[in-house]
Amino acid sequence: MHVKIKVKVNGMEHVHEVEPRLLLSHFLRDTLRLTGTHIGCDTSGCGACTVHVNGKAVKSCTLLAVQADGCEVLTIEGLSTNGTLHPLQEGFHQEHGLQCGYCTPGMIMTAADLLKNSPKPTEEEIRHALEGNICRCTGYHNIVKSIQYAAERM
Amino acid sequence: MIPSSFSYQKVNSVAEAIKALSSGEAKILAGGHSLIPTMKLRLNSPSKLVDIGALAELRGIKESGAEIIIGAATTHQEIATNKIIQSKLPLFAQGGNSIGDVQVRNKGTIGGSLAHADPAADWAAIVLASDATIEVQGGKGTRKIKATGFFNGMFSTALQDDEIITAVHVPLAVGSKGSYAKFPQPASRFAIVGCAVMKMADGKVNIAFTGISNCAFRDQAAEKAISGKKIDASTIESASKAAVEGVNILSDHYASEKYRKHLAKVYLKRALLAVS
Ligand SMILES: Cc1cc2nc3c(=O)[nH]c(=O)nc-3n(C[C@H](O)[C@H](O)[C@H](O)COP(=O)(O)OP(=O)(O)OC[C@H]3O[C@@H](n4cnc5c(N)ncnc54)[C@H](O)[C@@H]3O)c2cc1C
Ligand code: FES
Ligand code: FES
Repeated sequence: MHVKIKVKVNGMEHVHEVEPRLLLSHFLRDTLRLTGTHIGCDTSGCGACTVHVNGKAVKSCTLLAVQADGCEVLTIEGLSTNGTLHPLQEGFHQEHGLQCGYCTPGMIMTAADLLKNSPKPTEEEIRHALEGNICRCTGYHNIVKSIQYAAERM
Repeated sequence: MIPSSFSYQKVNSVAEAIKALSSGEAKILAGGHSLIPTMKLRLNSPSKLVDIGALAELRGIKESGAEIIIGAATTHQEIATNKIIQSKLPLFAQGGNSIGDVQVRNKGTIGGSLAHADPAADWAAIVLASDATIEVQGGKGTRKIKATGFFNGMFSTALQDDEIITAVHVPLAVGSKGSYAKFPQPASRFAIVGCAVMKMADGKVNIAFTGISNCAFRDQAAEKAISGKKIDASTIESASKAAVEGVNILSDHYASEKYRKHLAKVYLKRALLAVS
């Protein structure tokens, strides 16, 4: 049984017939070919797959695409405007917030949710917000600095 | 990992959801943050999901008389960041904010957590300590179940197959003070030990544990040791001595029975100190 869903992804409306068991992460990566959203653990633990659904950071590997029906989804591809990097993207660049980059899209989407609700977060708030995002390279220190960089400029 | 096939129905009302449940192998989908991981691992393969996640009638927080009513499909994050909750039920803000991580809190719901009844779930201890009541609706109508009569065992509750949790009613006890002390599993942040304490104005102290045994429970021996007394070093010590004795304590690769028991006593002390 396929279900028709209508999802606005990065401002563009998509209508698709999907199987109910299709995960949002697979819908984004395989159906829409938006491969900026990474799949790390596929078991809800690492946060690499984080996207925004109706403005809130969620793990797309733990959501069905049908749950996003009628919603607005924002992925890392939709963050920059007219070729200008989002302050968070710029921050990760300037402060060396990444090494291999695998965790980066998820880190940035989680941080974007944080900065929306708490524009001037303390270091502790930043670290609490990142509890669901794992990085095996950086040791987090520069990730925190990257987010602070963005917070100062937003 | 991909779950096995199922059919999907997004419902527009609680009544519609109950009707859909009565037709057999269907399961409610709320936030999906317990259900989807188990379906991906194929530990669970329901043939139909009934999605209540978008039902406005199940969402939101309101004050009504001497209680606060939390809709079952309200997310952990909505509860933890709600102004009424933060000022009148800080125990719920503190507990909610300790669940998983922000992404999990943005999807997972209080009703889903209570219905799932994971032995390490945080809300279970919090609703028990605050004398909350769980409102459910099913084919036979509506009923209210006291939190103390809700949890039956591991992943097991007083809910009937066709019943849905619709709301959690939390009494606003004037002059009460609550606290939640939790030792989280470092990866999932589920409670290895969670202790919720609510001190009432008349000196009664409610003490509930999660993570310790098959399901969350009120610790009557510990409550008796401290209720009606001044909370100080010596009464905290006696409550902690009495706590989790005679309880069948879980043991896993992360925490042995002995270690968990020790943690339970330590975290009870911390929770009591916070309300003293
Ligand atoms: C990475 C991760 C970390 C987590 N960490 C924690 C933690 O630290 N502490 C904690 O307590 N929890 C934790 N959880 C669990 C999380 O809180 C879940 O959201 C919650 O247990 C289930 O809520 P849900 O809305 O997602 O329910 P679902 O997964 O949609 O449903 C769970 C079960 O409840 C049933 N159900 C759902 N809603 C209702 C209802 N209204 N009436 C009747 N039945 C219903 C469903 O049929 C299903 O059987 C974690 C989960 C993940 C993925
Ligand atoms: S891939 Fe979704 S949390 Fe790791
Ligand atoms: S930069 Fe490699 S996982 Fe974070």
